[in-house]
Amino acid sequence: MKTALSSLWQTLFGHPVSAFGVVSLVLLISLAIAPAKNYFSEWRHYQKQYLALVRSRGEAVTLQRHFHDGIQQIWLPGLGVVDRCTTCHAGLKEASLADANLPQPFRRHPVIPHTLDQFGCVMCHRGQGPATTVEQAHSSTEAWEQPTLPARYVQSSCGQCHRSPLTGTPQLNLGRNLLGRYGCVHCHTIKLPDGSAIKPTDDPPSLEHIADKTTREWIYAWLKDPQAYAVTATMPNFKLSDPDARDISAFLIASSTPIPGDTAPASPSKEKDQKAPDPTAGASLYGESFCASCHAVQNAAGNVVGGDVGPELTRIGNKVKPEWLRAWLRNPRVYDSGTAMPHYRFTDPQLSLLTAFLGNKTDSDLLANVHLDAATPEQITHGKLLVTEYGCASCHEVSGIKKPDNFAPELTRIGSKPLTQIIFLPGMTHAIPDYIAAKIRQPRSFGAALKMPQFSLAPAQIDALTTALLALTDRAHDLPLALTVPAKPPSNYEPAGKAGQLMADMACFTCHAINGRGGDMAPDLTWEGSSVQRQWLQAFLKNPGTLRPALIRRMPRFNLSDDDAKELTDYIMTVYQTPAFDRDSMPSSGYPPAQVEQGKQLFYSKYACQGCHIIDTKVDKGYVGPTLTQVGSRLNAAWIYHWLKDPQTMRPGTIEPNRNMNDEDARALTTFLMTLKSSSKQEAKK
Amino acid sequence: MIRHWRTFFVVSIILVSAGCARKPGPASVLKPSGFGAALVESSGGKQIGATGIVLAQPLVVQVNDEQGTAVTGALVEFSGPVGVSFDPPSGLTDSSGQLSTNVALGSMAGRYQLTAHTLTKAQKSVELKIEEIALGYQEQVGYQLDNKYCARCHDPESTSERVSNYDNLEVKPHPFTEGDTLNKMSDAELTAIISHGGPALNKSALMPPYGYTLSKTEIEALISYIRLISDPPYHASGMVYAQK
Repeated sequence: MKTALSSLWQTLFGHPVSAFGVVSLVLLISLAIAPAKNYFSEWRHYQKQYLALVRSRGEAVTLQRHFHDGIQQIWLPGLGVVDRCTTCHAGLKEASLADANLPQPFRRHPVIPHTLDQFGCVMCHRGQGPATTVEQAHSSTEAWEQPTLPARYVQSSCGQCHRSPLTGTPQLNLGRNLLGRYGCVHCHTIKLPDGSAIKPTDDPPSLEHIADKTTREWIYAWLKDPQAYAVTATMPNFKLSDPDARDISAFLIASSTPIPGDTAPASPSKEKDQKAPDPTAGASLYGESFCASCHAVQNAAGNVVGGDVGPELTRIGNKVKPEWLRAWLRNPRVYDSGTAMPHYRFTDPQLSLLTAFLGNKTDSDLLANVHLDAATPEQITHGKLLVTEYGCASCHEVSGIKKPDNFAPELTRIGSKPLTQIIFLPGMTHAIPDYIAAKIRQPRSFGAALKMPQFSLAPAQIDALTTALLALTDRAHDLPLALTVPAKPPSNYEPAGKAGQLMADMACFTCHAINGRGGDMAPDLTWEGSSVQRQWLQAFLKNPGTLRPALIRRMPRFNLSDDDAKELTDYIMTVYQTPAFDRDSMPSSGYPPAQVEQGKQLFYSKYACQGCHIIDTKVDKGYVGPTLTQVGSRLNAAWIYHWLKDPQTMRPGTIEPNRNMNDEDARALTTFLMTLKSSSKQEAKK
Repeated sequence: MIRHWRTFFVVSIILVSAGCARKPGPASVLKPSGFGAALVESSGGKQIGATGIVLAQPLVVQVNDEQGTAVTGALVEFSGPVGVSFDPPSGLTDSSGQLSTNVALGSMAGRYQLTAHTLTKAQKSVELKIEEIALGYQEQVGYQLDNKYCARCHDPESTSERVSNYDNLEVKPHPFTEGDTLNKMSDAELTAIISHGGPALNKSALMPPYGYTLSKTEIEALISYIRLISDPPYHASGMVYAQK
C-alpha cells in the first residue's frame, strides 16, 4: 500500500526534492500576486503620471509637497460618503493646475462654493466613491448601478440640498420652473422632502363653460395640434386620431353649461362707431393698454413678441366668439374668477374697438379643413370615455368628470429609481438621465398605447427638465435637515376689505409682489406706503405715468373711479409701511438752500447719479433707473434718505448699488431731491 | 489540421471585415446629392453657454456654391474638442441649403472652437470655424451678475427687454469683451474698480462702487467671467509655465 502511494507520488510529481522545489516556486509566485497587483494597479499608474507631470512645472516643489502617496479617501460619516476619487484625481485642489489643456484626471476642480472635504465627490458627480479602478468608479457595473452623472446634468446635484433658485444654476432653476409651467405636476405628483408638493403654475382653463367661449371646430383643430394654433402653447399634443378628436370636441361642447353674462352682443351704438372707423384705433388701444406686457403675438417674421403671462393672441380671432370676447374684455372675472387678467373697466366704444381688433387676428388656413357633422349621442359618450382615459381632468375642470388622483406615476424619487424597474429602449444607454430625457423627448416611443402626450420642448428645455427631475433622489429626501437649504415658504397673503377686492379685480398680484406673494414683472409694493406720497399715488392709480422711459412693460390704465382710487390709496398708505422708520420723520420741503446746493453737487459729481437717473431732461441721459424730475412730489423724504443709505434693505434685489453713504451726504441728497417737485421744477433749477 | 487553420483564418478575416464595415457611423450612410464651394455660419455662433449643457440656440450653417446660391443635399460634418457633442453630428443640407445641429459643450469652462466641414465636387475639403464659450459655475455666477448690474451700461447692444444706456454716457464704459483694454488690467485693478468705483483708478465717477452690494466671492465670479469672454482671449500672466 505504502509503495503504491509513493510510486503514484513519483509518477505525478517526480523526485521529492524537485517536487519540493516546484511547490515552493508556486507558493512564491502566488504570494507575489497580491503585491504585484497592487504595484501595477491603475491608480498607481495615474499617481506616477501625476508626479511626472508635476515635475515639469514651475511650482513642482509645492505640488510635490501637497501630493500624498497611496489610496486617498474622503470619509464623511454624516453623509454616507466614502470617496477615493482623489487617489487618481490628485490635482483637484491645486489652483495652478487650472489650464484647460491639462489632461484629466489631473486638472483642478472648477471653482464652486463648496470644498471637497466638506462634501466629497459623489454627492455631486455620483458614481461609486469607494472604487479604485476607473471603470468601477465611473460606470454602471454589476455591483453598482449609478454611473457618474454627465456634465450636462450636474446642476441637478445642487438641487438635492438647495430648494430655492441659485444664481449659479440657471438650468436647474429653469427645469423647476418648467415642471410647474408645463403642468407636469398636474398628473405626476412630486413631493418635496419638507412634505409639500410642487404646484403647477400654468392655470389651465376650466372647460365647464367652453361652448360660450369657442366653437367645436376650434376645439377639434386645437386638440389635433395645439402648436398649429399658437407656437407658444404649453398644451401637449395627444396625437389623437380624427374620430377621437371629433368625439372629444363633441363631448366638451355637449357637457358645457352657460354662465349668465359671459357673452355680450355688440353694443346698440355700434352703428355710431362704424361711422368713423379708424383702423389704427384698435391697435393703439391694444398698445396703450399694454396688453403686450402679458400677451404675445407672432409677427410676420415668425418671431413671438410680447409677454408670456397670458396666452398668445396671434390667431385669437379663430378661437373665441366675438360676443364672448367682448364680455371677457368688459370683465374677465365673470367667466373665470381666478384669472390673472385684470378688469380694465373699458367703455363700450373701447370694447368694440378691441373686440374688432382682436377678432381680426385670424389665420384662414387654421379651420379651413375642419368640417364636423352634428354630434351623435354615441360620439358624446365615446368622447367622455376618452376624456376620462386621457386624464384631461387632471389639468382642466370638466363637467361630469372628477379630477383623478395620481393619474401618472409619482416622481418624488425618480432620480434614484432602480434601473431594474426601468424598461429601456433598444440601443439606449442604461442610465437614469438617458431614460428621463428620452421619456420627455418622445414619450410614446416607449409604447404607442402610452397616455403621456408629446410636449413641444426645445432641447435645452428637455435637459433642464431632466436636471430638475434628477435632483429628486433618495439622498435629497434622506439628508439631515441641517444640511438642506429650504425654499422660501409660499405666501398666501391676501389683502383685506374693499381694497383687497379691488386688488383682486385688477389682478395686481399678476405683476406686483406684496409680502412674498405675486409676480416679479413690476416693483415689489410691500412698503409702498412708506415710499410714496398720497397725492401722487392717487393720481398715478387714476392715470399711471411713465417712471422708467426705457421700459416696455408698463402699468396699464384701469379706468378706476375716483372712489376706487381713493380706497386703494388709503389702504396702501396705511397698510404697506415699513417698521424700519417713520414715514413722516423728515419734512417734504423747507430745507436750507446751502444743503440743497450741496446735494446737487453730490448728485452730479461725487455720486454721479446722472449715469442712471434723469433730473433734467435736457442734460441728463440716465435711462437705467426711474426718472427723478418730479421725485420730490412722488417719494417721501424719509424713504429717499433710507433708500440712499441702503437700497437693498428697502427693496431686496434692487440693482441700485449701496454707496455706503454717510449721514450728511444722504441728508443733503435727500434735501436736493425733495426740491424736484412737479410744479416748482423751475424754482429748483435756479 | 492545417486545412482547419486555413478555414478559421478565412472565416475570421470575413468576420473582422464585416465588423469593421459596420463601424463607421451614419455619416457614411448619408449620400450627398449636392456639393458646395463655401460654408457660412447662419446663426448659433459666439454663444455663451454652460459646461456640458446644450446651447440655447442650435448652430446653423449654410452651404453655398460658387455663385453664392444655397446648395441642397450637401453633406456637412461637425467636429469639436473632447467632450463636445453634436446632435446630429452630420447631415445633409435642407432646401434652403442649411443644416442645424444642437451643440453641447464639454465639461471644462473655456472657449471651444468647433469645425463644420463639407466637400466640394472635386472632393476638396471646405472648413468653417465657429467659436462658442462654456461657462463653469463661477463664470456662470459672474454672467448672471453682469446681466443684472453691469450690462445696462457696459453692453452697447440694446434688446427690447433691456435698453442699453451705453450710448447715453459721456464717458463710454468698456464692453467686457474688449480684451485689448481689460486684459491689461490685473485682477487687483478690476477688483478695485468694481469695489470702489471709477475714481479708485482715476476713472469716471459714473462707474459706481459695488463693494457694498456684491460680496467678495461675487466680485471674483464677475472677474472670472470677464476674463473668459474677453476678445482677444485673456492669458493670466502668472499661469504660463514651460511645457515639456
